[in-house]
Amino acid sequence: MAGLRTVAAAALLSLLAAGPPAKAQAPLTENIQIGLSTDNVSITAGFSGADLTIFGSLENADPLVARQGRYDVIVVLEGPARPVVVRRKDRVLGVWVNLESETFENVPVSYSVATTRPLQDVTDPNSYKQLSLGASNLYLQPADAEDSPATIEEFTAALRERKAATGLYSENVGGVQFLSQNLFRATVRLAPNVPVGTHKARAFLFKSGLFIKESSAQLEIRKSGFEQSIFRVAHDYSFLYGVFAVSLAMLTGWLGRLVFRKD
Amino acid sequence: MGIYLPIAEISVNVFVLLAMGAAVGFLSGMFGVGGGFLITPLLIFYNIPPAIAVATGANQVIASSFSGALSHMKRGTLDFKLGGVLLAGGIVGSTGGIYVFALLRRLGQLDLFISLLYVVLLGTVGGLMLVESVNALRATRSGAAPVLKKSGQHNWIHRLPLKMRFRASKLFVSVIPVLGLGAAIGFLSSIMGVGGGFIMVPALIYLLKVPTNVVIGTSLFQIIFTSAYTTLVHATTNQTVDVMLAFLLMAGGVAGAQYGAKAGQRLRGEQLRALLALLVLAVAIRLAIDLFVTPPNLYSLSGAGLN
Repeated sequence: MAGLRTVAAAALLSLLAAGPPAKAQAPLTENIQIGLSTDNVSITAGFSGADLTIFGSLENADPLVARQGRYDVIVVLEGPARPVVVRRKDRVLGVWVNLESETFENVPVSYSVATTRPLQDVTDPNSYKQLSLGASNLYLQPADAEDSPATIEEFTAALRERKAATGLYSENVGGVQFLSQNLFRATVRLAPNVPVGTHKARAFLFKSGLFIKESSAQLEIRKSGFEQSIFRVAHDYSFLYGVFAVSLAMLTGWLGRLVFRKD
Repeated sequence: MGIYLPIAEISVNVFVLLAMGAAVGFLSGMFGVGGGFLITPLLIFYNIPPAIAVATGANQVIASSFSGALSHMKRGTLDFKLGGVLLAGGIVGSTGGIYVFALLRRLGQLDLFISLLYVVLLGTVGGLMLVESVNALRATRSGAAPVLKKSGQHNWIHRLPLKMRFRASKLFVSVIPVLGLGAAIGFLSSIMGVGGGFIMVPALIYLLKVPTNVVIGTSLFQIIFTSAYTTLVHATTNQTVDVMLAFLLMAGGVAGAQYGAKAGQRLRGEQLRALLALLVLAVAIRLAIDLFVTPPNLYSLSGAGLN
């Protein structure tokens, strides 16, 4: 279901083309490409998580740099963005009550990262901040920017922590492997509760710690099966669904009386 | 056997739900209550989100009250006119309840409010029942004839204006308390996912002096419609009714109720009431503990605007 294998053969061709005749020119800048074999994935109701494999290639890679392992790739699969409210419980007269809250705009529901090496070894924190890359550097925009920075920071941290705890934000160090000088394979985790909708796969190329290029592709995740049809009907035809629920209850009550009648 | 609940979006065990439905059905048959006040907390203990437990509980209540009301209709122990007036109040109360439910959900206080309501109501009703039944048990043990408290024929309720005659109940009473009672039950039904029989029955007997034989049928009749209305409105405004979950509970429930009714005939009234009181108190205490124990996660996430 989740093993999407696309080998970008184009990479090999471009490597050959950039061979001997180009000697005199300045070295071409590297490029990165990723491909998905399908643009949609269906998961069933009993889905318990899976690994999604994304293949990609480096173009115009400098063989020397590649041999020294100074190319790094970070691949991110980012779920659809939604507003999120983070609430904190506090004790009021001994009872735990949701008191403070902070709303964030456009928070990706899921965010899985795969990297060649630990994030801190690839580049410096500032670059991550600029690129808004990585679950702990992802920029989360508070709806009310006038709240105190300390509060915003506290709730941002809580949001990241909760997302990581439910497996929606994950990091797979070593999840990107170079198969050859130009070809790499990235394995990102799909959590069991992965949201449906349009996901964006993005690949970031770094050369000796410097960001070079980004490439992206889209992926639609859908749920299929009987349970999902019920969910869709409940949301799209909610009144009819309610009528059905009530009729089903009355029918069950009536049948139950017929079957088990004691009077 | 696992099954995925489409609305609650979690996997549960079919047999646990069937057994839960059967156990509650058994108790409801034994004690003559709807069982909604047990189903909803049980679902919450089973990690079903409270909003879904409440809406689905209301849906499940329809099945048990419908089959109960059918037998009362056949026996003629159902006052349609009284039920109709209670229902009119119930619709208003339920509408208000749904509005409060959606508001609390937006504010993030729904779970707390549901738990508090349960703790207070179950604690009160369970406590009163326990005291009453223990007293009755003591009285029978000491050999004294149980003293039936004969409250005055007329109380303040009978002095209210807008009187109406209810023939089947042999009652001539103001519609204000009837509508008010219906509204209160409707409100609780939409917020707690209960039919409200455990409040309706004593209120009809003690406050309105409705003859005991028509009380249960009439209460069940009004509960069918209030909970049907509640289910419909929850389905359209909150999308929190899980038919799969409700059906499993109902299937276990209708079967269990019949055996419960049989078992109930073998126990004495005071013993039954004492047992029910203990059960109700146990649920209330369990919910109360959860309010005071430090939760494992102080922070929680929820979608904004969407729900």
